[in-house]
Amino acid sequence: MDTVILLTLTGLGLAALYFLVASGLSLVFGLADVLNFAHGLFLGFGAYATWWAAGNLPGAGSDGFGFVVAVAFGVAAGTLMAVLVELVLIRPLYSRTIEQVLVTVGLSLAGVALLQATWGADARPFPRPEWTRQVTTILGAQVPNGGLLLIVAAALVLGAILAFLRWTRYGLIIRAGVENREMVTALGIDVRKAFTLVFAIGGAAAALAGALGSVYFGTVSPQQGGSLLIFAFIVVVIGGMGSVVGSAYAAVAVGLLQQFVNYYGTSGLGDICVVALLAVVLLLRPQGIAGKVATA
Amino acid sequence: MTEVKSPEVPAPPAAESAQLAAEPTLWARIRPFLPLVVLVVAVILPYSTLHLPGIFEGALNSPGTLQLLAVCLIFGGLAAGYDLLFGRTGMLSFGHALYFAAGVYGTDILITRAGLPLWQAAPLAIVGGTILAGLIGAVALRTVGIAFAMVTLAFAQVGAILVARDFGGLTGGEEGLPLDVAGLPSRLVGVANTVNLYWLALAYLVVVVFVVHRVTGSPTGRVLAGLRDDERRIGVLGLDPYRFKLVAFTLAGGLAAAGGAVYCLIVGGASPHITSSELTLSLLVMVVLGGPGTRWGPVLGGILYMYLDHRLVSFGTSDALDALPAFLSRPLSQPLFVLGTVFILAVYFFPGGLASLAPRLTLLRNSLRLGPRQPD
Repeated sequence: MDTVILLTLTGLGLAALYFLVASGLSLVFGLADVLNFAHGLFLGFGAYATWWAAGNLPGAGSDGFGFVVAVAFGVAAGTLMAVLVELVLIRPLYSRTIEQVLVTVGLSLAGVALLQATWGADARPFPRPEWTRQVTTILGAQVPNGGLLLIVAAALVLGAILAFLRWTRYGLIIRAGVENREMVTALGIDVRKAFTLVFAIGGAAAALAGALGSVYFGTVSPQQGGSLLIFAFIVVVIGGMGSVVGSAYAAVAVGLLQQFVNYYGTSGLGDICVVALLAVVLLLRPQGIAGKVATA
Repeated sequence: MTEVKSPEVPAPPAAESAQLAAEPTLWARIRPFLPLVVLVVAVILPYSTLHLPGIFEGALNSPGTLQLLAVCLIFGGLAAGYDLLFGRTGMLSFGHALYFAAGVYGTDILITRAGLPLWQAAPLAIVGGTILAGLIGAVALRTVGIAFAMVTLAFAQVGAILVARDFGGLTGGEEGLPLDVAGLPSRLVGVANTVNLYWLALAYLVVVVFVVHRVTGSPTGRVLAGLRDDERRIGVLGLDPYRFKLVAFTLAGGLAAAGGAVYCLIVGGASPHITSSELTLSLLVMVVLGGPGTRWGPVLGGILYMYLDHRLVSFGTSDALDALPAFLSRPLSQPLFVLGTVFILAVYFFPGGLASLAPRLTLLRNSLRLGPRQPD
């Protein structure tokens, strides 16, 4: 029983990480039709910015309030970068989908190489508060606090994004844009502002995933984003592109499946089961769990 | 009538044809034979002892240079095969590394673990890679566009996991699997015989270019071009897009697997990095840099990319770079940073890649020549 609870909670922690990456990807894809390969770079950039801030920024540190400041700095840096990428690189190629993908591919190659050039290819120990290294006993299972932190953060982000989409004017524009972009444009609304906004949200969520994921793993490395990105893609496809709630369901399914099969089967089998799940979903329901709808 | 016309051959610019009509130069007469000349030069290249300081480290016929050239040729062929998907049919696959890796690991495992001779192992690996491409294509092609890209990426990731986790102790995991040379013909073994491997790589490139050329010229190739331009129209004409795309996908997978078999011999084994999605991404970069949908663009792009990828590493450690300040020299010592940046610039400023450079320059030259005359 302990093992099942432990696996469920660590699986949910993994799911939280996937969700943080996938929610932004899904919104960006649903609204702007951009498959963003540079999303992993936002994650890596956020993680390194947090790492840098914890060591160098006055007022920030690796514990207590200083750590909050460091994470906030990382998220701000990731958001800024995502906005810059959208404004400088993606916007001139508006509605040329393939070229946009190519640019983000080039950016992901060059950006990861730049991270590697600046901070070295090897993983670095990540400064994290003392309490995240410890475990909490829940129903007899000893769960690492870093994982619980991820779950709480992902739940908050999910709530915030849904509230934003549901109750604000820009949320309404984004929801309408995902459903039918031409109609929104025809109504005289500049949908490109919403693109920038969606990139900012995605960048912030990815940077948060980078910072908290590094807390969970204890290290930060340039390649971290790339390996998470592939599973985030799978989550996006299973969840249905453009649906935040669909991404959340899919992330939970993928995270739990991976964790349980990796534990009870051979290590690595879980990753393969996830792709098998993807194939099954595609064969039975090609539009994903939720289809192309911004909210549930 | 199943034949579909496609605007595959762009008409030469008017200015250029007028110029050609005026003076049928020697160049115009030689030009159709240029690929043949290049091929002959490439074949006899290993007999040259020329030193090209700065371009290659040793003489042209030194084993190191020949191996680098052979790898470049393989990737030229791979890029040409990938272009059959991306440039000719308009399919954005992010899983092409899988079929290449199937060729490399298939050949390696069959020779090293199963002890088969090369002439059995390589064809088996190529057939296996082709069947794999057919099966995965059959599932993945149920999606289109960006979803197709993601699905192929996911399947390729399974390949990477299978190789890295080393199920059944077949692949050697992170360490890779060195090729057991005992089962190979003696002409392909040893540093002194690198020249034979070079010729093998050249032969592979020639075969790929020939196959892609024949397919593009055939009725099937015209349907593929039609799929790239307007898929619904092909459907309206009564042709099944799914089937034609599956043919292209399987063929490209088979060509990649064949390239893998040769690559396995050249580098003498398999290592897990060839299964990574980064390899597919670099194939995409090669094709776009060279010029998608052209005959020589992807080949040139592949050769140039691999060459730069190898040479920029030694450039990165050279003295000239150390003299620069750290914020410049550190990024420039990363080949992927340089290539990624060049790639982004190419997407913006040279959408046709290297292949479009020559017509553009001709146009520029003509307009410069005509420029002063226009006032009167």
